[in-house]
Amino acid sequence: MKNSAKRIADLVSPRQQRNWDWRAATNFIAGGAGGGLLLWTSIAVSEPDATRTAILLALVLIASGLTCVWFEIGRPWRALNVYRHFATSWMTREAVVALLLFAAGGLAVLTVRPLFVIPAGILGLAFLYSQARILAANKGIPAWRHPRSVALMIATGLAEGGGFLACVLAVSSAVFSNWILAGLVVLIVIRAFVWRMYLGGLVADGAPDGALRVLNGIAPRFLVFGHVLPALAIAAVLAGIPGRAGLLFAAGIMVAASGWFLKFTLVRRAAFSQGLALLRLPVRGRGAAGPAAKPGWKGMPG
Amino acid sequence: MKRYVMTIDLRRCVGCQTCTAACKGANATPPGVQWRRVLDIETGEFPDVRRTFLPVACMHCANPPCEEVCPTRATTKRADGLVAIDYDLCIGCANCVMACPYDARSIVHEAHYAYGDQPLSSEAVRFDPARIGVSMKCTFCVDRIDQAAVTGRTPGVHPEVTPACVNSCISGAMEFGDINDPESTVSRLLGETQHYRMHEELGTEPGVYYIWDQS
Repeated sequence: MKNSAKRIADLVSPRQQRNWDWRAATNFIAGGAGGGLLLWTSIAVSEPDATRTAILLALVLIASGLTCVWFEIGRPWRALNVYRHFATSWMTREAVVALLLFAAGGLAVLTVRPLFVIPAGILGLAFLYSQARILAANKGIPAWRHPRSVALMIATGLAEGGGFLACVLAVSSAVFSNWILAGLVVLIVIRAFVWRMYLGGLVADGAPDGALRVLNGIAPRFLVFGHVLPALAIAAVLAGIPGRAGLLFAAGIMVAASGWFLKFTLVRRAAFSQGLALLRLPVRGRGAAGPAAKPGWKGMPG
Repeated sequence: MKRYVMTIDLRRCVGCQTCTAACKGANATPPGVQWRRVLDIETGEFPDVRRTFLPVACMHCANPPCEEVCPTRATTKRADGLVAIDYDLCIGCANCVMACPYDARSIVHEAHYAYGDQPLSSEAVRFDPARIGVSMKCTFCVDRIDQAAVTGRTPGVHPEVTPACVNSCISGAMEFGDINDPESTVSRLLGETQHYRMHEELGTEPGVYYIWDQS
């Protein structure tokens, strides 16, 4: 087949999306972790310096993600138009939540009062939820639009936030309860469960072969480095093994980094488009109609 | 109320790409961007192999996912069923590109020309800077459709108010018109044939019908 003809044929099958690059991925990577960190800080930390440090870190993460997106959009000087469609657009809602979040978060950093810390935490969760819904609203990308992707994005954002909180607590002199460590283990277990559910749902409901190949390819590494090893490190901390701060920091980093790895994979590498399909091949001449064709999807001809 | 749709008879399409060229000429899309494409699909295994030509573009959905996700209201659905983009509002976030299951949208971030860095004189005349950095797609030749209200002509009947691809089709595979008008060509064809719309399971209610056999 000639190259030009092959290029046309390739347009039929699902293709990896190329419009959202690492800058868009960074918004989901850093913003989700920041939202999760805000929530956990508002729930689990009472020591002022650690609270201030954690909230500041969360705001920096969210701001860096949004800044990356600003550098990606085609018309950055019109960015304020993003506020025009609150009725249905989750991107608009994310932008509105971000405004409120920075106001509450800024006041929380300055005052460290529950009056501002708790709303900042709630807004962190709202930001995380908005980001999950942005992905899920994209019907053109089967790996994103699957209903379980929302739970996956929220679960990993909360786990990453817990991981960053563990890092903050490890490097600060703040006293913290073992309940925080137990909570982090619960988050790790929940994320592993939601990840399996998501992957199983994607296989059962159908997705482009390329997306399944990429996601199945990262599954063992994600499970070991994002769940098994951090859980063991936290268990060691709880068991009183020396090197508490180092183990906790390592566990936090592994939980956060594995979540970032997952989100980068989901947004960039596993983001295969729907592709095109024919429900029936047309009648030609005196021949009969042919069966359906859906190239690039397992079990379908083409 | 009018609802403009397109019918494409897959039995008739010969993959000549005349509609692709007509669209390019009518809309001056930049190199690498084709609002109208005709895809060549080979299926089956030797000796039972089939070749099908599939013209695709924006489906002008009744429930357009691109409109739902657009944060700026640049993408809107018109009362006559056409999905339009306001280039002056679009921020080029590409959310609509991700939302479209038909690969119908594209964004060009820099001006490109057919030959080198400088435009040909024909390209320079028709270059539209408003289209750089924003989302774009097939409009069903909306400027022609809008002329129908002024001239009293009927889209799908009179060529001057009918999309360029439909006018150019050498085999009569493409038709255009108001599906709510029982006398229109598209209504008649849909009544006489077996047809489907692509990815209907996603709830988009596309406005392009693919005909594959007689009733």
